[in-house]
Amino acid sequence: MILKQEEQAMLEGGFGEGVKLAMKVQVALGEAFDAPYMVPVTRTHVALSNQEADLWFAEKLANGGATCRVRPTVNPSFNFEQLSCITHIEKEDEETVKRTHDAYNRLGAIMTYNCTPYLEKNVPMFGEICSYSESSCTPYMNSVYGARTNREAAQSALCAAVTGVVPYYGYLLDENRKGEILVHVEADMENDFDYQMLGYFTPKKTGFKLPVFTGLKNPSKESLMNFGAQLNTGGNVAMYHIVGFTPEAPTVEAAFHNGDIKEEVTVTNDDLREMQSMLTDGYGKIDFALYGCPHFTIDQVTIVAEMVKGRKLAVPLFIMTSGLTLDLAKKMGYYNTIREAGGYIVSDTCMDQPCWKFLYGKKGITDSPKCAYYTKRRDMEFVIVPLEQSVEAALKGEITGYRK
Amino acid sequence: MKEYKCHKISEGRAEGEVLFSEDDFCFYLVDPKTGVVIEKNHCLYGKSIAGKILVFPNGKGSSVVQADGMYQLKMTGMEPKAMIVKNPDTTLVASAIITETVLVDRAEDSFYEDTADGTVVAVDATKGIITVKY
Repeated sequence: MILKQEEQAMLEGGFGEGVKLAMKVQVALGEAFDAPYMVPVTRTHVALSNQEADLWFAEKLANGGATCRVRPTVNPSFNFEQLSCITHIEKEDEETVKRTHDAYNRLGAIMTYNCTPYLEKNVPMFGEICSYSESSCTPYMNSVYGARTNREAAQSALCAAVTGVVPYYGYLLDENRKGEILVHVEADMENDFDYQMLGYFTPKKTGFKLPVFTGLKNPSKESLMNFGAQLNTGGNVAMYHIVGFTPEAPTVEAAFHNGDIKEEVTVTNDDLREMQSMLTDGYGKIDFALYGCPHFTIDQVTIVAEMVKGRKLAVPLFIMTSGLTLDLAKKMGYYNTIREAGGYIVSDTCMDQPCWKFLYGKKGITDSPKCAYYTKRRDMEFVIVPLEQSVEAALKGEITGYRK
Repeated sequence: MKEYKCHKISEGRAEGEVLFSEDDFCFYLVDPKTGVVIEKNHCLYGKSIAGKILVFPNGKGSSVVQADGMYQLKMTGMEPKAMIVKNPDTTLVASAIITETVLVDRAEDSFYEDTADGTVVAVDATKGIITVKY
């Protein structure tokens, strides 16, 4: 790899041990993928996780004197103050949260604790070269905005933030952004939930190929957020095109860079219903409702608030969202409405954090397959249905229907 | 001693018994205390990767869990001595570098034909050579 003078100096330790380690990771990635050189990034997002390796690596960089040249936004941890009112938090988990916060703060990260930075606080322009880790981010950045990022690891994105550069490979190159398989969507696509199912289902048919969709009409930001999250959970899809909608796909020809369409598949209503029945656990009594994987938008909070207004939830309902959305929900009265019904809105928090131990062994309801995916390892069952249906179930304490 | 070319990803040199995985590999689904694969339906389910030269087609797992799995194995000393992968991805590469685990790709086809579980090899990532010992 050809390095610029300053990059070489970083690699040789001229900017301290932390920067040296970060550049070493970037160079190794470049060599692994035959990148000719580094390119500057203008935005970064790091999937902070509080996991052992996350804390260890962030502390190693910080203790080595590194700070971020391109300050990243960061993924959720958990909101210690809010969660302590809901459940008992183990001393060691509290300790980890505080140490991770301290390490990232020293690195100069922007402590957004939110997994949808592309909707607030870290929104790119078309063509911007970025480094984002987090499964719902990469597809949204590449596909919806036409910004350019690889499917970064938490650590490689942090190294990009520290060094300000990424190796030039993968989705940064035009030739890797062309469509490889055409997906005709014949399903009706009536709500955001259909996009969750389409996202989870598509990789089963398209594998590692870059999918180009036809038949999708003006999906909402929530639809696109869910769509990307599930494409990258059900498979490893870091980029897609929607013909006539996303910026690099004004036409089918443009999406395929004027190349041949070698493969085509069709997705029907039946495919999506079948996907749902494979993902969901059996209907019946539920113990809780949990939302916000990815973080809920204010519009999704509004749907819940309007449904529970003046009523009492039969089981506790939890919404995870950003601090900004929590503030909005308070200003707009939704927070009180949901609290009065027996529900909670918690900010800065993720499904994959140890603060949900009190729900282990119980049965929940949600609208997100990704939410249920991570909890499989924690002995939590999830019924997965559209948002409105799940809130109705939380008001009753059970969900009835064909799937018992 | 037969030698095979490979391509360095994460530097270093290690020697040990080869263990082949036909399936993609997620280090989060390995018990860090024992190095035993705990992923049901995985071809290495119930087998230990500790101290092996692990050969597999692709990494798998989110941007976060792969590094964590590898890090935990490193802390208990149950990590593989080296890894030989077909198709490296960003997460696997970053995880190998930060945990300083030897990783190579682009091993010659004949390496895959000539070796089997238990073959003892030396992987020299820095020089880009895999040597079959016995």
